[in-house]
Order: sequence, then structure tokens, then C-alpha cells
Amino acid sequence: MLDQGISDLLEDRQGSVLETKADGATAAIRCGTRSAAGSVSQRACVFCGSRVVLYPIADALHLVHGPAGCAAYTWDIRGALSSGPALHRHSFTTDLRETDVVYGGAAKLEKALRALIAQHDPKTAFVYSTCIVGLIGDDVDAVCRRVEADCGIPVIPVDSEGFKGTKKDGYKAACAAIARLVGTSVDPAVPPAPPRSVAGINILGEFNLAGEAWMIRDTYARMGVPVVATLTGDARVDTVRRAHTACFNVVQCSGSMLGLAALLEEKYGQPYRRVSYFGLEDMAQALYDVADLFADSDPGMAARAEALVAEEMARVLPLLAPFRKDLEGARAAIYVGGAFKAHSLIKALRHLGMQTVVVGSQTGNKEDYERLQQLCDPATIILDDSNPVELSRFVLEKKADLLIGGVKERPIAYKLGLAFCDHNHERKIPLAGFEGMVNLAREVHGSVTSPVWKWSARRRA
Amino acid sequence: MNEDAPEYAVNPCKVCAPLGASLAFKGVAGAVPLLHGSQGCATYIRRYLISHFRDPVDIASSSFDEMAAVFGGRDSLTRALDNVTTSYAPALIGVATTCLSESIGDDVADILRHYQPAEGRDCARVHVSTPSYAGTHLDGYYATVLALVQALAEGGPALDLVDLFPGIVCPEDLRWLKRTARQFGLEPCLLPDYSDTLDGGQWTEYCRLPPGGTTLAQIKQAGRARASVELGWSQGARETAGRYLNRDFGIPCHGLGLPVGIEATDAFLAALCRISGRPVPGELEAERARLLDAYADAHKVLAGQRAVVFGDEDTAIALALFLAEIGVTPALVASGGTGALAAVGAAFPALQGLDATFLPDTDFGRLGEAARLARPTLLVGHSKGSKLARELDLPLVRVGFPVHDRFGAARLTTLGYAGSHRLFDDMVNGILADRQAKSSIGYFYF
Repeated sequence: MLDQGISDLLEDRQGSVLETKADGATAAIRCGTRSAAGSVSQRACVFCGSRVVLYPIADALHLVHGPAGCAAYTWDIRGALSSGPALHRHSFTTDLRETDVVYGGAAKLEKALRALIAQHDPKTAFVYSTCIVGLIGDDVDAVCRRVEADCGIPVIPVDSEGFKGTKKDGYKAACAAIARLVGTSVDPAVPPAPPRSVAGINILGEFNLAGEAWMIRDTYARMGVPVVATLTGDARVDTVRRAHTACFNVVQCSGSMLGLAALLEEKYGQPYRRVSYFGLEDMAQALYDVADLFADSDPGMAARAEALVAEEMARVLPLLAPFRKDLEGARAAIYVGGAFKAHSLIKALRHLGMQTVVVGSQTGNKEDYERLQQLCDPATIILDDSNPVELSRFVLEKKADLLIGGVKERPIAYKLGLAFCDHNHERKIPLAGFEGMVNLAREVHGSVTSPVWKWSARRRA
Repeated sequence: MNEDAPEYAVNPCKVCAPLGASLAFKGVAGAVPLLHGSQGCATYIRRYLISHFRDPVDIASSSFDEMAAVFGGRDSLTRALDNVTTSYAPALIGVATTCLSESIGDDVADILRHYQPAEGRDCARVHVSTPSYAGTHLDGYYATVLALVQALAEGGPALDLVDLFPGIVCPEDLRWLKRTARQFGLEPCLLPDYSDTLDGGQWTEYCRLPPGGTTLAQIKQAGRARASVELGWSQGARETAGRYLNRDFGIPCHGLGLPVGIEATDAFLAALCRISGRPVPGELEAERARLLDAYADAHKVLAGQRAVVFGDEDTAIALALFLAEIGVTPALVASGGTGALAAVGAAFPALQGLDATFLPDTDFGRLGEAARLARPTLLVGHSKGSKLARELDLPLVRVGFPVHDRFGAARLTTLGYAGSHRLFDDMVNGILADRQAKSSIGYFYF
């Protein structure tokens, strides 16, 4: 079936889809490349990558330099919560017009920056370049330098022109912007060099969707680990600037922030670990890993972590049991932004008695996909940078009952009478941590067991 | 171009032209929109449209990279055409440009002319120029309707057809337009018609080309209609599909506003009477009578109400006229559109003498400031106004595009007597719900 299936793919998509083998041998998947023209990729662009990473910094001005569309489509698009200021939830744009494209938009950008900084008194300003700015060649860096000198706050250009790579390049540009802030604290109490005096960690790649960063910080606090900065969930510019004083970095959503972790390790000697907060095992592992980092300075932490995990497991597992009873044997398809999250979801679904039969991501890398193949059962479809035609085909071929994805995947599921769970940036329900596992179970259960599916055209056909 | 253009926007009250182009192309049977630009343009627009319609919206992209930006997008576009043709076997590929492809000067018409499809896989290809920095989604939508008609319409002996070119309205309103034309014995050529393609039923397999839409054969016949009716005041003196058909094919063009409320619906039906030579059907007369009765029943709830209205220019003007008709002051009429909102709006006698302010080319930053001065009691517009409604603690009657914080955007009708009746009830009930929620005692009866 596979051979015939693969031949049915677009030529440009050959090699980006594979089926796991019975003997467990892994194969290389084509990934990390530009989306095939005309393939109806679910990916957005470089700008999107930068925007999602920096967006949650709540007391920064996020100014999109370009036509209004780019800013309008990303206005308050994510559920990244703030415990205080909410400047990030506004959509600021230079709203470039035809004249600006002809005569240049730099003067307009400068005026907009000065006016908006005066009005909103942000702690820093990020200026996102869009496609057109890359073309007309506005000297955004020079404008930012001038305004920074006059206004006394960091004004940071983000090289996020949509066409200059993929979403991953946008992550890189955002990480470079954050790196410019780290270690620049103006608070005299914060040392410029990392003193290791604060025995805390930074959490990278955690965006506080539905308040998840708060839950995770609480959990670490119970272990006795303070969090210096969360990058960038519920972040403030000042906490970002202090991030160099943490002892270690943990990196969740590794696709977006692994680059920053490497950079911080090089510059400030902060070692890092990749973690995931989704699912019970991975959440537990994320706590053990941090305890391990502190093994020398706080040898008692490992025991505290174990006690915490035991307590949470004892609380949560009985809550999952009734959901599992109904979900046992159901089949899931997963299509998410980063492949690292998919790893956790496969394990989390197993706790609910569910098998993953299709799994893919927008931005996974070779190692992610190799690990995915090792994790999955034989005959699971694995895809990189997929599209509606492929996704719908494989969920049907593999008889999935549930699709986990985002807004663009949702109607594919519903049209075909499949259950759906939103695990993307718009989610309103926290799915991380121990409590998040219970929420995930409730979400999945509520959709899979809904009586509406018995009326679905496909299931009745 | 526009010396008065604001220096920046805070919370835009518009989206860009390629979205309107994509929406219009989705209204053609078997069409796949293809945006010639960065991958993000197509994906963001898909996401935005899906949030509103809650149905799949497949839009292809030529996925520009740096090489394409430097050396031109011919290869990318050609590859995209190949892949869309292979994957979707469409009847039409609608190519819309973006800021990127417009600014590097790609000659898209030439690329399409010289495109060699694979054997047996030819399809129609229509191109529209929609740089994202010019105009709004509504302008992109009209430009696309015009491009489709220019590319496909042909002349010939007259048929019992009427060409209907509405502004951006909901799928249920599109169905009403078709139904109504047929009630007058006229076969509608409704362009675009996304009533089924974006508001369809459940599928047994993934429909790469969702059923529905105006067929290419129908668009071809647009040049043989008895008349055309264009609904929406936004385009001013600009070239439109109706004007083009009038000039090149001699088809009389009736330029009207969106038929919202009694007066505007009367005008639309009067046009259909003239075109068909038939009287208004009794069924519609009955709907009209029920709407008038509802006006009477609820007029006291509406007395003294002041509304802030926002949306695309067609919608904002039509809603302002409707509000004036039912006794609500359209205190602030706002749009992100850069066209002639104020000039057109102020030209209506019905709106003169009212304490109405027109705010064109706005964002929600300025709209919010003006709204506070307008002393409103309710907001009427799309979901992007929900933050302002929260700030002002006023009810928002959701209508127009986009509505992505409620379900049923496809059925938020405004057209005709029945469609206006739904809106009227929603508005009255929105006011009552707000009053009930804020009352210290609550009410059983109103």
C-alpha cells in the first residue's frame, strides 16, 4: 500500500512522507527545506516564526513594519497570557501604502516608533521587517539606532522578512533579538556577568498559553527551584534582561529556542536541557532533569522531585481512568508545529489507551523524525510540512478517530467526521503539566465520544 | 497617493487585498486560489478565512524564497501551477499577487500566457493584481470579480439571466440572492458564489474542490445577461464588473447599495421587477409586512439608541442606512477602507441631519477614540470590535466579516426583508440582553 501511496504524492513531496517499518529500522525524511510551491503547506513564514516567539513579552512594543495585513492577521492571535501589562495584545503597524513603497518607508517607521513609544512607554520596542521592507531596502537598523539613542529604550530590529527562509529562520531572528536584551539589565542589583548567585533556571520556549507557564513555575517552586525568566511566556523586558543570572536553561518547544539556549551557553556558560511539559512521563522527566542539574548544589532536590511526581501521579492517574475506559483502542493523528511536542503527545495518548497512526510537524528536524520513528508503532505515517490533501488521505487510510492540530487542521477533521483537539497557540485550556494531562484527556474524550459523529456522512457511508 | 494616510495603525480595521481575491476565487466552481508571494500570505489568509467560515479553505502559494525575490518568481509560480494542477485538477487557478511579487515586477500575465500545462491537464487561469499595500480586502475582492468577468465573459444572444455582483456577504445571503432572482424568473449569474464552497455539508472524503460555486460556463454567459445588478457603494467611480459589461457588452448596470432594510430591499426588488417585467412575488411582500410589524413592535427599544458601526465600506454604509431607518442614530460610521466612505455616506438624504460622523481609513485605535466621543449605546460590526465593546461595556451586534468569536458567521444574514429581520431581532435582543444583565432586579417581560 505504501509504495502505491508514495507514488500518489506530488513529486516535490516525495521523501517527506514515510511509513514506519516493522523491524524498527529508521529512515531519513526530507525536512527543514522550503515548502514546495503549490503544495498548500500548513506553514506560515519567517515573520510568523519571529512573531510567535517574541509576542508574549507583554511590556514591549511590537511594531510590524509593512502593510497592515501582516499585523492584522497576527493581532492577538495567541493565547499567551500576561499577569500584568498587555501591550503585546495590540497590533501596531506602519500600515505601508503605495507611496511608501515607492519613496521608502523609513521616515514613516521613525515617526511611528517615536509616536508609539511616547504614547505607550514600552520597556523595549521590536521592529519586525516584512517582505516588502526587505525589497525596498529601508534602513531599519539605522532608524532603530536613532530612536534608541533618543528614547532611551532598546529598539531592536527583527529580520523577519517573510521570504527569507522558513518559519525556523524567524525563530532564529527572534532569538537574536532576545539575545540582545539578555545581560543588559539596568538594575544596579543585577550583575552584568553571570554570578550564579541566583540558584534558578530559565525556561525557554514556554509561551504561557492558557497560563501553562504559571503552572510549571509553581511546580518548580514546589521543588525549590526559582524561575528567573520564562522566555517568553508572561515575560517582561526586565526579566529577559536578567536571564543571564540563572544557573541553567531548560528548553521546551525546542524548535523555536534551542538556538538561543546554545547561544546563552556559549556566552554565559549556562548549560541547558531539552524538556517537554506535555504528558505525564515527560513532565516528570522535566522535573528530574532539573533536579539532576542541581545535584551538586542541592542534593535533596531529587528526592523532592520524586515525592512531587509520586504525589501528582497518585492524584492524576485515577482521574484519567474513566476517560481511558472509553478511549481504549481509539486511533489518533497528530499534526503540530514542532515535532518535539509530537513525541510527548504520542506518549500521552498511550496513557489514554490510544495509538498514534499518523504524525507530522511543520518544522521538525532529522533527529526529531528519527526519534518519532523509534517511538511509533510499525506502519505509522510520518510527515514533514504536510498539507490538507495528504493529511486527509492518511487520516482516512489509517482510520484515525481523532486529529490533534491547530485551526487550519480543525475543519479537515470536522468535515470528515473526526474528533479534534486543538493543541496549538489558540488553545484556551492548559494542556501542560499534570493537570494539563487531565485537561487533554477531557478534551479528547469530549470530542471522540460525542454523539454527533454517528450522523457524520463518512461514518454512515 | 494619499497624503492624509495615517502614520501608523493600531489594531487594523481591515485586512489585505489578497484575502479578498482568495475569497472571490473561492466563489468559482472548481477554483483554487494561488497567491504569488511568500508562504505566509496564503497560510495567514487561510487561517483567517477558516476562523470565520469554519470550513476548509485551501489556498496555494508560490512560496517565494530569496532567490525568487532577486531573480523573479517565474519558476516558483510555474512550479506552483504544476503542483496545483496535479494535486487538485482544478477548473480554474486564480492567481493573485502580493506586495512581494508586485514590487519585484513579475509579469504574471506573461508567465500565465506562456505556461505549458502537462498533457490533458489544462485549466483556466485568471490573474488579478492585488498588492497588499494598496486598498483593502474589499478592493481585492472587487478587482477579482472584475478580472474574472474580463477574462471569461463572452457576448451572444440575450438570455433570461441576471448578473449579480454583491459585496462581501454571508453564504446565506448569497443563497437569498439566487433564490430571489429565480422568484422573478431570472437565472442568476452570481459572482462570486461561495455559499456552498465555504458553507457546505459533511464530506465522505476530502473534497479538494468543494462542491458549488459559479461555473466557468455561467461566467462566460455573463456577457449575455439582461442586466447586471451591483450591490455595494464602496467602489465609487472605479471600474467594476458591471461597468465593464455595460461598456463592452451593452448590458444595463443597476448600481445599488446592499439591500439591507426596507428601503434598500425595495430598491433591489424594483430593479428585479424592471429587469424581469414581473411584480414582486407575494412571498416577499409577506416578508416585508412582517419586518414592518417588527419595526413597530420594537421601536421603543431602539428609540434614543446610538450606534457605532464598522466594517468594510459596503457593509458600513448599508448598516448606517438601516439604522437610520429603524430609529437608531448611526453616531459613528467607520471603516478601514480607503475609498469614499464619507462622500458616499454623506450623500444620502436619510443620513443628513443625523448626528452622524464618518470615519474612513481608520484603525481601532482611532475608532475607539472617536467612539468615546460619539456617546454610543451599542456597537454594530465584526468580531474585531469585541475588545472595544468590552472596554466600553456595550453590546456588540456581530455582523459582517470576520466573525470568529461566535459560531454561525455563514448565517448572519443582512440582505432582504428576512435577512434584515434577523439582524433587527439580533440588535433589539442585544440591547435587551445588555439591559437585563445590568439590571439589579432582572425582568421576565419586555
